[in-house]
Amino acid sequence: MNVLVVLIPVSVGLGLLGLGGFLWTLRAAQYEDAEGDRHRILDPRWDEAPKG
Amino acid sequence: MNAACPACVGAAEIARDSAARGAAPEALTLHLPDIHCAACIASVEAALGAWPGVTGARVNLSRRQVAIEGADLAPEPLIAALAAAGHRAQMLDPARLAGQDPVMRDLIMRTGVAGFAMMNVMLLSVAVWSGAAEVTAQLFHLVSAAIALPAVAFAGRPFFAAALSALRGGRLGMDVPISLAILLAALVSLVGALQGADRHSWFDAALALTFFLLIGRTLDHAGRAAARSAAAELAALSVPQAVRLTETGPEVVRAEDLRPGDRIALRPGDRLPADGIVTEGQSDLDRSALTGESAPFAVGPGAAVSAGEVALSGALTLRVVRAGRDTALARLAELVATAESQRTRFAGIADRAARAYAPLVHLLSLAAFIAWWALTGDGWRAVDVAIAVLVITCPCALGLAVPAVSVVATGRLFRKGLLVKSATALERLAGVDMVVFDKTGTLTTGAARLRGNPSDAELALAAGLAATSNHPYSRALVAAAEARGLTPHPVTEACEIPGRGIEARHGGRLVRLGRPAWIGAEGEGVALDPGEGAPLLFTFEEDPRPEAGATVRALQARGFEAALLSGDTEGPCRRLADTLGIARAESGMTPEGKADWIAARGAEGRRVLMIGDGLNDTGALARAHASVAPGSGLDAARNAADVVLLSGRLDLIPELLAISRAGLGRMRQNVWLSAAYNIVAVPVALAGLATPFLAALAMSVSSVSVSLNALRRM
Repeated sequence: MNVLVVLIPVSVGLGLLGLGGFLWTLRAAQYEDAEGDRHRILDPRWDEAPKG
Repeated sequence: MNAACPACVGAAEIARDSAARGAAPEALTLHLPDIHCAACIASVEAALGAWPGVTGARVNLSRRQVAIEGADLAPEPLIAALAAAGHRAQMLDPARLAGQDPVMRDLIMRTGVAGFAMMNVMLLSVAVWSGAAEVTAQLFHLVSAAIALPAVAFAGRPFFAAALSALRGGRLGMDVPISLAILLAALVSLVGALQGADRHSWFDAALALTFFLLIGRTLDHAGRAAARSAAAELAALSVPQAVRLTETGPEVVRAEDLRPGDRIALRPGDRLPADGIVTEGQSDLDRSALTGESAPFAVGPGAAVSAGEVALSGALTLRVVRAGRDTALARLAELVATAESQRTRFAGIADRAARAYAPLVHLLSLAAFIAWWALTGDGWRAVDVAIAVLVITCPCALGLAVPAVSVVATGRLFRKGLLVKSATALERLAGVDMVVFDKTGTLTTGAARLRGNPSDAELALAAGLAATSNHPYSRALVAAAEARGLTPHPVTEACEIPGRGIEARHGGRLVRLGRPAWIGAEGEGVALDPGEGAPLLFTFEEDPRPEAGATVRALQARGFEAALLSGDTEGPCRRLADTLGIARAESGMTPEGKADWIAARGAEGRRVLMIGDGLNDTGALARAHASVAPGSGLDAARNAADVVLLSGRLDLIPELLAISRAGLGRMRQNVWLSAAYNIVAVPVALAGLATPFLAALAMSVSSVSVSLNALRRM
């Protein structure tokens, strides 16, 4: 059962990582314009030289 | 852009004003009503990006807006640049759009936190359910507590706040049992985890409850935010402005900044921004927005005029008597406010279900606690059963049942061009059994059409004169001549005499077209003086919208009674009602009269859907059981209505009613579905057989099945 000492922090850490990722998407305004983003993926303007 | 339009001039001036105040980097938001695809986004952003001074432009397709950043931004060249790229753009009044986003973002954040915490705790719970015991189980419970307690405290805030305010108001909403279940489950599990006792842990249940209910809240909010922002957009587009005459020259001001005694100038086509007295000029006024009367009304110096009327033929100078909140128009708004306060008493199906539900849940779990304590003498066991009852009966599916259907139905209506503004509108629309139409601008196009059958020569001469004027009757004469394939007779030296008519020469004779009294004829409409012989009278009627007849028939075929309420005179009302097959037509109605008529039908037990576009309809719109306003209507009417018909096509009304009925049916189904889960699960919980595993299963299955049922094709 000693393996739990490692595994529990790892699983909680992974969970926190996911939560952090979610908060980042929220901060980066990725839920503001779902319809626009759906269309933007078809936009060829930045294909050659990706923006910043 | 039409430079003669005072609203455009005004928008530019006011924008320049704010440009002068704000320093270097600034932001500007434009409304793009027509964009719809990736190519539109690219071309708008490219067109704006190429403009000097613009540092960034980002299109938001969901809201049909573009946010522009840069220095020294003036809206009108940017609008012109977009027009050159083929996009219609409009200035938005940012003050009316502010403050909508934060709530949505907050709800998404809480939903996300609850979801992640739930998944992690669920994983730990699976270990316990599958056999972890004693110290391991306690360790898992403690880890769960460390995750669950902060997550519940953060994510459950909206429910706790709503429950507190409900309790302060002496009510038991749906939020009280929710909050109680979440808090009790979390706290009792914490005590159990600390004591290391071999008892159920309810952390996963508390988090699952929070998560599913937050999804319901988010859906509910998303649906309404979309409608609200679109409605705010409509309002922001029509900022009333006025041209004030001062000693230093004319200046453009907002209508609300006018003061009694100010002198304002009006050009033909302007909507009056304030009540006043005409000091100079003659014009015909279109009063249909206020009175519903379609015939123009002539005014000259000394005449009293009201805000909301439109000057048709001549320029006017007014002395303002009442402005802003004091105008006749604003007093109409008060009529709306009182009627609306009555409507907010309508309780939606979710509220009604919750009202019956909340006391039942509390009583059941209290009864379970007392019974188990009395029978077994084991307090902790009794608490456990009571929590199981609370968690299982918690209106988890109920919280999703109604908003999920509502979002699906309003989304479908939105794609058809119907904007549902109020939360309970769908349910109220579903109950409607009578449809009442306004006449001018709703059933009719508002444009005049020539009646009778004048001879070709007379019509051609009248059209020749009329071609020089912009009066609605003139346009009707020209249109009638075109329809017959006539070439208007050429006239020379045409001169429009405001408030009277047009004078010109044709073949050496002086010919006149205008007000019958001016020509020397009697009756309504327009008279023609052909220069020799007796004057000739043209009369007009309004064109019904092409789809009006089919709409009325479709409604009657589905068992709705149709009626017509108009401020216009008896004759035109009767004629239109007969054409469309409407049996009940009331003419000469004042705005108050309309509202009272609707209220009287309500007292008879009828549920009336009012459809109207004018200021004179606002009272009736607000008083009716449900209401619809065309997007072309005045913003006062759009504000009072539950649903805005963006396309203005009346034939969507039968569909709107059908979708609302289907939606209400689906809501009922969902409420029963979630009740059915409880009927099965409550006896199990009361018997003390419900484990956290069963609770989690019941909760997830009922929530998912209710959501899927909402998504099923209506």
